[in-house]
Amino acid sequence: MLMLTEFGKVFIFILLGAIFVTIAIIAAKLVSPNRPTHEKLLTYECGENPVGSPWVKFNIRFYVVALIFLIFDVEVVLLFPWALVYKGFGIFGFLTGIIFLVILGLGMAYEWRKGDLEWARPHPIPPELDKVLSKKE
Amino acid sequence: MTLYDIIFYLFALITIGSAMLVVTTKNIVHAAFALLLTFFGVAGIYVLLAADFLAIVQIMVYVGGILVLIIFGVMLTNKITSVEIKTGTLNVLTASIVIGVFMGLVVSIMVWTGWYSMPAPIPATTAYGLGETLISDYALIFELLAMLLLIALVGAASIARREKESL
Repeated sequence: MLMLTEFGKVFIFILLGAIFVTIAIIAAKLVSPNRPTHEKLLTYECGENPVGSPWVKFNIRFYVVALIFLIFDVEVVLLFPWALVYKGFGIFGFLTGIIFLVILGLGMAYEWRKGDLEWARPHPIPPELDKVLSKKE
Repeated sequence: MTLYDIIFYLFALITIGSAMLVVTTKNIVHAAFALLLTFFGVAGIYVLLAADFLAIVQIMVYVGGILVLIIFGVMLTNKITSVEIKTGTLNVLTASIVIGVFMGLVVSIMVWTGWYSMPAPIPATTAYGLGETLISDYALIFELLAMLLLIALVGAASIARREKESL
């Protein structure tokens, strides 16, 4: 019997997933009827006829959020070895990680205060009765 | 050929094949997605080399983070603004000469060097040892890393932020 490490189990999982998806797609190709029409090949846009290019310019804020995410991603990677062993070091090991978290929490507070995490909200101007009436006259 | 070799060549094939796709494809979005497979294949090779922490870093930072930034970069610029992102083939002759010479050099070094393979036992896992040194010997470095990340966070956000929000 083969010795399996934990990564070996992960590998088998990935392999089975890939095989499953491949077989499912191939089986669907073989079994399903294929009678394309122009209507069927249109991009599905909530049942309406699609309008315009799918390449729309989306909000630049996504990029800022992605940048912030990247920093915290690196933080999690560094915390991972700490989380594995901190129990063996008692209160000192625990405080090391907490100081690490607090320093990065400062960054989080900065982002929050500066409004980088705020989404751009629409500011509709409600119509006022006086102005609408004076325009009509 | 052992099972280990077969898995290694599988990951090497995934890495090199998708890297070729990144270079050759005309569609820059397809290139970004093929880059995902490349990073993934490299992570698999790290696992085979018993560098498990490095593999986790590769998956989390590169597959999870860097690639998101690349895809955002593509989505924010390509076909929307007037900036054309060119994905063509230029200077084929010069490039193949330079790459051929470089590859010959690397292969000849690889063949002619008398490699000394150290019969060191492969550690079962590296993450525990790394955690122990991070807490004990390199505790200050650990906190300085947090400061570095803080600086990067504040800097990145203040550069990327729009100067005046037009409401």
